Amino acid sequence: MVVDIGDPRAADRLFHALADATRRDVVARTMQAEHSVSELARLYPMSFAAVQKHVAVLADAGLVTKRRRGREQLVSGNVGAIQQASRLLEEVEALWRGRIDRLGEILAQETEGGSG
Amino acid sequence: MSVTDVRKDPTTLSMVVTAEFAAPVERVWQMWDDPRRLERWWGPPTHPATFVEHDLKPDGRVTYFMTGPDGERYHGWWRVLVVDAPHTLEFEDGFGDENGQPKEDLPVTRSRVRLEPVDAGTRMTIESLFPTLEAMEQILAMGAEEGLVAALSQIDEQLAA
Repeated sequence: MVVDIGDPRAADRLFHALADATRRDVVARTMQAEHSVSELARLYPMSFAAVQKHVAVLADAGLVTKRRRGREQLVSGNVGAIQQASRLLEEVEALWRGRIDRLGEILAQETEGGSG
Repeated sequence: MSVTDVRKDPTTLSMVVTAEFAAPVERVWQMWDDPRRLERWWGPPTHPATFVEHDLKPDGRVTYFMTGPDGERYHGWWRVLVVDAPHTLEFEDGFGDENGQPKEDLPVTRSRVRLEPVDAGTRMTIESLFPTLEAMEQILAMGAEEGLVAALSQIDEQLAA
């Protein structure tokens, strides 16, 4: 499933989904390995039904996908959505590295010149 | 190299950059507090920034524009949230129209700057928080042209050297 962030409602769902610490933890874990809902339920101090609800919110936002295996429901993280955010953060990093380099140069120049 | 650490968290759309400078906290604070110093590093060399308003107090306004190689201007603004000189500055940062007024339909970034004394001088921590992934896309698309031009000019300089 691809998250289309050009759709503002899709973006709202995405960020509502990520605004909760348990849901972020579910995303992080299921990105590394597929987990069943019962496995996830054992990790948090909440009911199976509550965890199932969190998983449903994440699936609606396109952050995880669900599949059935027998009686189990398996959840895996959607790497694409998170990769997109990672790529964007790289660009922000480059912007700040540029600013900090320039700031450092000015401080060094002022120190050499004995001013400031 | 003054950047000592970068932590990016794609799940919360946040980034924390840590840098160290061989200068006391008061001098690093000046780099933010004095608009003439701030404009020397805020914009890339190809798009120097000019700060018009610079009122570093709670709810104070900062407005600036960056001028591109063909004279085109890109306006931006901050709304100051918290100031505790010379240690803390928090502000919202957004795009402005040609009069420097905030454009309501464009995304806003929240930044938190902290300065603390360390043995080497000053540690500066900058935390950037983005409201949405969509907003981050938009912010970067608007800055992309400047970034590309800056990168090309650096290559030119190297070739000329």
